[in-house]
Order: sequence, then structure tokens, then C-alpha cells
Amino acid sequence: MKGFDNHPYIPNSAPEIQAEMLREIGLTSLEELHKNVPDALKLKDTMHLPKAFGSEYELRRHVEGLLGKNTDCKKNLNFLGAGCWQHYVPALCDEVNSRGEFLTGYGGEPYNELGRFQSLFEYASMVAELVDMEVVNVPTMDWAQAAATTARMAQRITGRTEVIVPELIDPEKFAIMDNYCRASVRFIRVKCNDKGQIDLDDLKSKINSNTAGVYFENPGYLGVIEEHGQEISDLVHAAGGLSLVGVDPISLGVLATPPSYGADIVCGDLQPLGIHMNYGGGQSGFMATRDEEKFVMEFPSRLFGIAPTSQPGEYGFGDVAYDRTSFGHHREHGKEYVGTQSALWGITAGVYLATMGPKGMEEVGETILRNAQYAAKRLAELPGLRVNGFGSCFFKEFVVDFSGTGKTVAEINQALLAQGIFGGKDLSDEFPQFGQSALYCVTEIHTQDDIERLVSAVAQATR
Amino acid sequence: MSIVNRIDRSAKVRAHFHQAKWDEPVIYELSTPGERGILVPQASEEVSSQVEGTGALPAGMKRKNRVNLPELSQNRVLRHYLRLSQQVLGADVNIEIGQGTCTMKYSPKVNEQLARGVQELHPLQDPSTVQGMLEIYYQTDKYMCEISGMDRFTFQPGGGSQGILAMASVIRAYFESRGEQRDEIITTLYSHPSDAAAPVMNGFKVVYLQPDPTTGLPSMETLKAAVSERTAAYIVANPEDTGVYNGQVQAFTSYVHEHGGLCAYDQANANGLLGVTRAREAGFDLCFFNLHKTFSSPHGCGGPACGATGVSKELVQFLPAPLVGFDGERYFLDYAFANKEFGVGKIRSFYGVAPVVLRAYAWIRSLGGEGLYQVAKTAVLNNNYLFQKMLEIPGIDAYYRDGNNQRVEQARYTMEKVYEETGVSTGDIQRRAMDFGLHYWTSHHPYYLPEPITLEPTETPSKADIDEYVETMKYIFKECHENPEVVKTAPHRSTVHQIDESGMDDPAKWAVTWKMYLKKYQ
Repeated sequence: MKGFDNHPYIPNSAPEIQAEMLREIGLTSLEELHKNVPDALKLKDTMHLPKAFGSEYELRRHVEGLLGKNTDCKKNLNFLGAGCWQHYVPALCDEVNSRGEFLTGYGGEPYNELGRFQSLFEYASMVAELVDMEVVNVPTMDWAQAAATTARMAQRITGRTEVIVPELIDPEKFAIMDNYCRASVRFIRVKCNDKGQIDLDDLKSKINSNTAGVYFENPGYLGVIEEHGQEISDLVHAAGGLSLVGVDPISLGVLATPPSYGADIVCGDLQPLGIHMNYGGGQSGFMATRDEEKFVMEFPSRLFGIAPTSQPGEYGFGDVAYDRTSFGHHREHGKEYVGTQSALWGITAGVYLATMGPKGMEEVGETILRNAQYAAKRLAELPGLRVNGFGSCFFKEFVVDFSGTGKTVAEINQALLAQGIFGGKDLSDEFPQFGQSALYCVTEIHTQDDIERLVSAVAQATR
Repeated sequence: MSIVNRIDRSAKVRAHFHQAKWDEPVIYELSTPGERGILVPQASEEVSSQVEGTGALPAGMKRKNRVNLPELSQNRVLRHYLRLSQQVLGADVNIEIGQGTCTMKYSPKVNEQLARGVQELHPLQDPSTVQGMLEIYYQTDKYMCEISGMDRFTFQPGGGSQGILAMASVIRAYFESRGEQRDEIITTLYSHPSDAAAPVMNGFKVVYLQPDPTTGLPSMETLKAAVSERTAAYIVANPEDTGVYNGQVQAFTSYVHEHGGLCAYDQANANGLLGVTRAREAGFDLCFFNLHKTFSSPHGCGGPACGATGVSKELVQFLPAPLVGFDGERYFLDYAFANKEFGVGKIRSFYGVAPVVLRAYAWIRSLGGEGLYQVAKTAVLNNNYLFQKMLEIPGIDAYYRDGNNQRVEQARYTMEKVYEETGVSTGDIQRRAMDFGLHYWTSHHPYYLPEPITLEPTETPSKADIDEYVETMKYIFKECHENPEVVKTAPHRSTVHQIDESGMDDPAKWAVTWKMYLKKYQ
């Protein structure tokens, strides 16, 4: 078979150099490499892949051509959320996370990647303040993974097997949690009342001596703020279990922190904090606890700690309780497993929080609340629409029920799309009990004009 | 005319190197009350006049205290992070030969620029608005199938270890669908720890095959003794992390199949095998590739990433949903293939990390079949050239060389002789290498081989780069004998000096966040 000589990504693909290197190791051809791979397993033909582009320019033209078939949330007016949210990404976030050093660092030591350790320590420090906890992990995959690990941590800490979750949880998130936890945690679904919040009577009937924890979210999947966090925490604590709370971190400049209503473990997604949506690739999960050994020792993730060095006045960093992890000496007997997850998004979230500062976080929360409330109010003026039927307070997402218009969400969203508007997520498959409902997301990126444009387009589409 | 001597910069070893050292405080120490990094959009006056904002929050749900975040001007935030970035020896600035098993190859900048083109896509957009992105998913799936011989790939797993979890989940689903109670996974000592740890999440127990002391590979007899009616699957890397390829792999997979088990291939070390040999021919039913390693997407200090997971036809129904389909006209998100009762359902939210898939697509298109073959051949040539040069350095050796002087993608070395002679450990040499702008990784824990070093050049370095690496190692090994103290007390030209890690396992001393540090240290 023939290789591609003199390729710009492969310096030693130059035939003269290859010949020289082969000679040095006593071989005469590339075919003599791979001598331990039996001939029967070797491919006889070149793989059937498209021929390489002849230049970087042609490659760029081709890929840009493909990307030109997309249209995105910048060119359109977007109201989709549901686990991935459009917020403003400060220029600094992209500037820092596209630095080649951060982009191409990996698993080195503090001696060659101190900047990675320090920036992740700082990210953890700032998220800890945001959620009012003390310990925060180097980020995991996404909120779903963080919630799954939170459930497993609760199982290990309490030695119990049941974790209670609300019925109005994101079904895809629940599927991830269930796949990950099935071998050791049994999830019990608790009913939600007509306010979209946990039904406390049903919860009481489900909490018992097997309960490792109750997991709930603020705001919940359908945008609702759970008002009874303290009662939920008290109930589960009284039974010897843990209070587990998922949060949207961008809400915490204005919303009460989970520990203020009794949370023992907090988790959530960093994507709102300066990370582009990336077609769902911007998700990044975190967990947070108090600084108690029984919690710290159950994290599966790496935890970077600050340490002195042999030089006075110098900061060093290292791995806290490394042998907890599957990278430590106990491998599969460590806590769950660890590997490549989403560290660059952790660094980015740190840049975001440092840029926003306390004032910025407070203001962005306030703007989101106002814009979302305004959008809900204006939409509610349209005939046939039932907006936020739960009647609960919400943060940035709310449910709009179009059943009264005689139109389906799919029809309405198609009509909106024709006007360059991405309508809310269609909930009619996931939650048929809510009829033709959609989950709308409004944030600080939306102007009043944007909202008015949505309202008139919806009016037209539902007429 | 007077004759002036040229500056002599012919030395291969960078004896005057020094890493960036900014002595940068922790960001909280840079805070000045009142400074701001950015102004945030406010709701319009009219909007504000018509709604309650935080006033609408239920009692007890409003945050009481201001968030304790640092207050910095924009330029100071930028300067802080750029200084920290300079204190990271990423693959863009470093001869990155040292992180064996991590496949630290060049990540082309054009792909990086192209990947930014999907930043503003929302995963729930109507499929008609993301046809280009879906086409990239669909085609990359086809390419991965050709590269591996598998029949369908999911790009959902967000890293290699989650790829292993995905494989283990498919294996569990398969046996559940057949009503078979099989709960053991067989793996080897030199496969990645996640090959053992991730399947445990699915309720499996782990059975290790011990390596033969001569070959470094498990024998057929060892396998036979391990396989039973409890065996769900054999999950293995090949070459293993030692760089040794198991030429009997097909006999192993056949034996496992004969006893009703499945075979799953950890292809983290696949870079040296592209276009040379495939998972299918070796008898595997499942496999995964790290798109952030083998397929050039950058490692991002540890993700975001993708463990693309492929399976044979019979197992496609168990993959997490959705996959991307094509009906001849339109690309679409395919949920219909999934086995509703037993399928895995979901591994990671949405469809995995799209920019990583895009970079892998672009990388494959920049190389084609001949290019991928060149990647593998050159990577293996580089590795064997390095192997020979390293073994010429007195004190460096490698296990499992009897009758086998070749390695595939990486190689594990041992410096136990130097340690015995001088008391200098692999950890010491690792730190000393950083004084020259180089780095290496030892091994996963526990160290099954004494004083290990694991190197993997990939196709990226030039011969001159490899020679520089070897010359530097030679220099350091000479120091071990002549001046061991300088090695033991290294680093001397890094960003930091030796770190006192004695508090890292002590709950009274550990400090994972700044507030913990302030609380514990007066």
C-alpha cells in the first residue's frame, strides 16, 4: 500500500528521512514495521475513504460549504433551552480557551502545566462561592453525569440504595442517570403537584430508611422554582438521607443558594457560564459539597489543591486524595471512574465568573428574570395560549401551552422558523399530559424588540 | 575586516531553557472593590416597569449575600489568564513525545477555526437548519466504520472512559435482551484502568489476565482459565500500554465468542494501526476511538472530547440514541433504530461534543486513506526509532524484549537500573526533564513495572525533535551518575519548585478552593 508522502502534518513522511530512520533501526521498508501483526489481520487495500484534499484551502472551502448548510442562533432568534442555553459569551472566554497552551495541554504535572492546575483551582474556588459550598470538582461531562454521580455519592455515603427524583425531570437526563446508576441505585419517582413542584405528601410517603437522598432541581427542567427546598431537605434529613440539588449556576447571583435550604450535595451544568452551545458540546458538569471527609472522599473526579513548594512565597498545586480515583492505586476499586471529561470548559467558566464579578452575576440574574417574566406576560395576552400554567415563579424557562389554539407546537414552530425564529422545545412527546406545550427560554441576550417580534410571530402563527 | 565569531547555537539540549514563571497570585488576591470586567445587558425600562424581577421570587428564594467573586478590570482578567496559559506546556509549544498512551499529536489550526463555525448551534434546532452538521456526523460515522470494520458509530461518549462505559452498557443490554446472566469482564493489567473501572458502573466484576513475564502478554492458557459462563466480554487494548501487540488476538476473540462472550476493543492506542489492521478482522464486536487523540482534536487540558463507539450490526439496536440517518435527501436524527426495551438509552446529553466530531472529520478529509496509512506507519517508525535510541542510553531498558524488538504506538521503558545505582527515581527524572522544556508520563498506578517511563511520539515530531528528546534524556541520565542531587532536587527551571504534597491526603490540610485555604491556613 502507498502512504501520503511529504504531508504537512507528518514531517517524517518525507521519503528520504524515512529511509534514513529505517536504516538506523536496521529495516529496509515500512512494511517491516508491524511485524507482530499477523498477515491475516493486515488490510490488503487502502481504506475506502475520500481522497485527501489537495490543499488546506480546498479543505476549508469544503467544510465551510457544509457549515453553510446550517443556520444558527446568531442568524435567527432563538428561544430553545431545555438543557443547553443561549447566553452572552464574553469575548475573554473565547480569547482564553482558544489559547494554544490551554487547548493542547492535557494530563501533565504541575511542573509543566501549573497554569492548568491553578486555573482549575480558581474555577473551583469561584463556583464554590457561587453555590455556597467548599469543595468543587474538576468538571465532569455534563449536568446529567454530575447528577448521576451525586446519586452514587449519596448511595455510598449513606449505604442506602434509593434516590428519589421528581417526575418532571428531563427524561434524557434521567435516562443517563439511570444507565449510570442502575447497578447500585434504584430511582423512585415522586409526583409533582399542579404548581410543577414536588408533592410533599407523596414525598413523605416515599422517604424511608432506604432513602439515600432526594434529588431536585432549582430551577427544574420546566423552569419552575422549587419553593419548598427547606421542607424537602428537612424531610430527607429526618430520615437519615441527603438533600441533593441541581442548579443552573447563572441563576445564583439572584437565587438562594442550595445550602441555604439544606442541600448536602449540589450539582449542575457550567455551560451557561461563558460556554457556547456548540450543538450540545458545551455541556460540563460540576458537583459541590462541604469540606467534610465523608463527602470529599466520595468524589470520583480529580480535585486540585493548593500547596507550598520548597521556595517560600510560591504557590504549588497537586491532586487531593488521588487514590480515591480510578487513576490511583485501587483502579476499579476507586470511586466510580475518571478520565478525559471537560476541563477546558471549567477553565472557561472560571474566566466567566472572574469577568462578571459579583455585580455582573447579580445583574445578569436580574435581567434574565425580568426578560423572561416580560416574555411570559406578553405571550399570555395572546388568545388560546396558557403561559406558565403552573403559576409558580420561574427563572428563565417557562411552559407555553398552545392546546387552546387548535394548533400543534410542531405547526407553530414551523411557522416561526419561516420567520427566522426558533420556538421553544416541543414537550408533547415527553409530557403528553401537558398537551401541545413548549418550553420557552428567555435570557439576557433577548431585547424587548426580540420579545415583541416573538409575540407577533406567535400571534400570527396561532391565528 | 575583523573576524567575529558567530554565536554557537548548535547544542541539541536546551540547557538554558526556562519555563514561563509569572509568580501570579491567586485571582482572589487581585481583587479591587469596584472594578468590573464587563458590563451586562439590562432589561429595558419598559420591560422593568411591567415586571417584578427578583421581587417575584418566593420567600426565602432570593440570594441574601453578594457572591464572593473577585472584582477585576477586564484587562487584568485577561492578563491573569494569559499568564496562566503561558505556564502550560501544551502540545502546541512542546515536543510532546512524553505523554505515552495520550497520542499528543498536532491539532491542525484550520480545523480549530472551522470548529468555531458550530458554536452558535442549539442541539434542538429543527434538523432542516443543521443539515451541514448532521452530514458531518453521518459521514464521520461512515469513515469510522471503514477504519474499524464496525457497522455503526455513536459520538455521544464525551471521552474515552465514557466510550468504555458505552461499550459496557451495550454489552449489558445485549445480555439482558437474551436473558443471560453474565457479569464478568475480562481485561489485562496493561489496558487502561477505565477498562476495568467503567464496566463496574454497569454492575460487572473484573477478571484480570496476568501477563507472561517474558512476552508481557497473557497466554492463551490464562485466557482459557478466565473464560466461563459468567464471561460477558473481553475488553482490551491492543497494543497494550506497554506498546506490545498481541498477535494472538484473533484466537483470543474466537475463544471468547465460542463461550458466548462479546469482545470489545479499547482503541486508545489505535494511532499506529490506522489502515494497517482493524477491529473487525481481529474479531471484535465493539470498539471505541478517542477522537481527541487519534483523530487530532486537541485535548483541552482534559476535554471536551469524544470516545466514538462503534459496534457490529447485531448490537446497533442497543446504542444510545439518536444516531444520524440519511433518507436519500435529508439527514435526520434517528431514534427508530433503538431497542426500546433493552437499549442503552442515553450516555451523554444531546449528541456528544460536535466540534470534536467536526475536527475529526476535517482531519480525515485532509489525509484520506493513504494519509491515515502514512500516519500509522510514520508513528510506528518514529516509535521504533525512539525505542532503539532510548535503549542505547545506559541505564534505560524495557521489559518484554525477548525475541521482540518492535513496539507499535508507544513503549514503556524502565529505569530501575539507574534507580538502583544512583537512587534517582523516575519521578525525579520526570521533574528534571521539565527543566529542558520536555515532559514524560510514568505509567498508571500501581506501577506494575519498576520505575516506568511511557513515551509515544505519534506521527507529529520530526526526526530532529526525536533526536532532541533523546539527547536530553541522555544528558539527564548522565547527570544521574555525575550529579544525582541536581536531578533529585529538580525542577530548577520550571514554573514552580518541588511541591510539598504532604497535605494532599490530610483532611486538616487539604484545600481544594481558596475559601478552604483561607479557613485552614492563617
